[in-house]
Amino acid sequence: MSSPNSSAAESRTAILGRLRAAGESGPLPPLDTAVLERRQWPAVERATRLRKGMEAVHTEFLEATPADWPAVVRAFCEREGLRNLLYGPTSEAGAALAAAWAPGGPQLKPYDRPVEAFKQELFGDIDAGFTGTVGGVAETGGLLLLPGPAEPRLMSLVPPVHIALLRASTIQDSFWSAVKALGWGRALPPNALMISGPSKTADIEQTLAYGVHGPKRLIVVLVDDLK
Amino acid sequence: MHAEKEIHFRDAAAKALLDPQLRANFRRAMDGLITKRKAQFPDPRDLQDLRDLSTAIRSRSLLCLPELLEQLEASCTKNGIKVHWAETCEQANQLILGILQAKGAKTLVKGKSMVSEEMHLNAFLESKGIEALESDLGEYIIQLDGETPSHIIMPAIHKNKDQIARQFSQKIKDAKYTEDVDELTAMARKVLRQKFLDADAGLSGVNFAVAETGTLCLVENEGNGRMSTHVPPVHIAVMGLEKVVAQLEDVAPLYAILTRSATGQAVSTYFNLITGPRGAGEKDGPQEVHLVILDNGRSRIYADPQLRATLRCIRCGACMNHCPVYTRVGGHAYEAIYPGPIGKILTPQMEGVGVRHDLIHGSSLCGACGEVCPVEIPIPEILVRLRREATHDDMASTVAGKGTGRTATEDWAWRLWAGVTKRPALYRVATWFATRFGKALPASAPLIKNWTQSRTKPVPARRSLSERMRAEGASHE
Ligand code: SF4
Repeated sequence: MSSPNSSAAESRTAILGRLRAAGESGPLPPLDTAVLERRQWPAVERATRLRKGMEAVHTEFLEATPADWPAVVRAFCEREGLRNLLYGPTSEAGAALAAAWAPGGPQLKPYDRPVEAFKQELFGDIDAGFTGTVGGVAETGGLLLLPGPAEPRLMSLVPPVHIALLRASTIQDSFWSAVKALGWGRALPPNALMISGPSKTADIEQTLAYGVHGPKRLIVVLVDDLK
Repeated sequence: MHAEKEIHFRDAAAKALLDPQLRANFRRAMDGLITKRKAQFPDPRDLQDLRDLSTAIRSRSLLCLPELLEQLEASCTKNGIKVHWAETCEQANQLILGILQAKGAKTLVKGKSMVSEEMHLNAFLESKGIEALESDLGEYIIQLDGETPSHIIMPAIHKNKDQIARQFSQKIKDAKYTEDVDELTAMARKVLRQKFLDADAGLSGVNFAVAETGTLCLVENEGNGRMSTHVPPVHIAVMGLEKVVAQLEDVAPLYAILTRSATGQAVSTYFNLITGPRGAGEKDGPQEVHLVILDNGRSRIYADPQLRATLRCIRCGACMNHCPVYTRVGGHAYEAIYPGPIGKILTPQMEGVGVRHDLIHGSSLCGACGEVCPVEIPIPEILVRLRREATHDDMASTVAGKGTGRTATEDWAWRLWAGVTKRPALYRVATWFATRFGKALPASAPLIKNWTQSRTKPVPARRSLSERMRAEGASHE
């Protein structure tokens, strides 16, 4: 056990020694971030921009209000003939969805146990996953997610359809301003994520194909809470 | 060894030029990428400002590199990520083997990582009885054929649909022949999904590592990176030591310019920030995350103030897409992990300027690479510097293999030149002969051949300038 560890420690000393020998470093020089600060839009435009950017990469949008979004999700599942929908019972969005979910029709399935006991079902039997978001990015289009205990990481990755709830008021100007607004630059949970569309590849002759590894469809339920 | 390598690129390039299919595959792909990149930068001022900022961020990260690496290590450790250091690829491979063996792992599923290519990790692990499977579609395609990537972003760009269709029907169990891209993709999805489920460990590269928060940033479109890093119980990330930046705010402009420069996308499908293993209460994610920091010659490049710029690279591939040489000969002709302009400066600095002399000279110095590079790496200037380093060891530099690229012929030619120019009488005789008979000299004559094999032979004037000066006099205006 000691030999690879001690050689890794020696490597560390040697590498840092060589880097230090290359010269003084001093404090970090300041940056001119004017080009990032220019990227700003009023709230309504932010939602339009986000939508345009994400639709360009095949994301689908459903419009909703703060009151009717659970019904919008439900109607989508029924329309698409989804058998079930994976959700996080302890997340805010997940709990609200479950509270409004009438019995019958598509089944709500909670992601409430460790993946080790759930892998086969998750990979084989789930039609769609539902998550909340912690914001969006107007400049390029994109959803910001903080997967964690309430909404496990694989919910937005493994099922063939991902439905995400986005409140228009949480859309930031750019990824840069989002990092600042959400305080991500100071501390982050084990996983954070930006998603702009369904999984895709262009590895075969530059031809776009969707759903190569992750979801084939990304549905954003855009809640208009700006009024 | 060295003479053999020296002719490699020229021969491989000549061979590639004779392959119309290969040339068509590259031409189509590169034209597409150039157009898409251009559309992402409609405002030249915005582009220049973003380049300047990105360059400043990469430069200042390098300026404080040892401190930032230590900070990264401390932050990662605090987050529960185990950090390992490797001076050589061999050490890095052993480290990874050790991690896998400690877990009894037999299968490793990989997201895209150029550093793991640099390490020849797959071959190493196979030799130890561990299966290493590429899951990026392009990497998967080339692994099926035992090939290496021909582009750092699109590894299978040299193949067309028909070639892939044939390959899949032969190599994937129960696959039928189809040229439909969606069906081909679906086949790979099916095979790889099972692999993600079964893998004992996952491996990824790192696009940016954030010192302050201890975060590993991964840029991707397919989702295989997320699968490889979130599904198996162990995640191993490998990075070159130059990948660190100070803070997450620094990543935003680098990410913006990376995706735009690489594939002409304003944003990738996924931007995955990994700051630790499965946390308290989490139901998925790996139980262990390891970060392997690799040197492999980088600290030597770092020591040189001019060559250090090489380490600013964010591996966008734009320099290849715009290179008139790369777009014609493709990536394999370089016989290097990193092809194209960045490869021409990086590979010789890693492997030695003498042995990879061929790469340093395989450029017309047109400057296209330096012009598109999002972090303004002066690739042509570095090439010129390395050309000198290859044939001289009189500079106080740390360049690998400096002076070893000089050949006996070259040495002899320069000595002859010096001898003649130092003796006016001899010089006059030599120029008299050159002007009268130079035209008749065949292009294939020794010495001249070295120049003329890729250029037309210069025709000397009928009389030398000094002869004309003597005969006609000089007129001063
Ligand atoms: S050298 Fe510049 S253009 Fe080439 S891959 Fe690196 S960052 Fe991109």
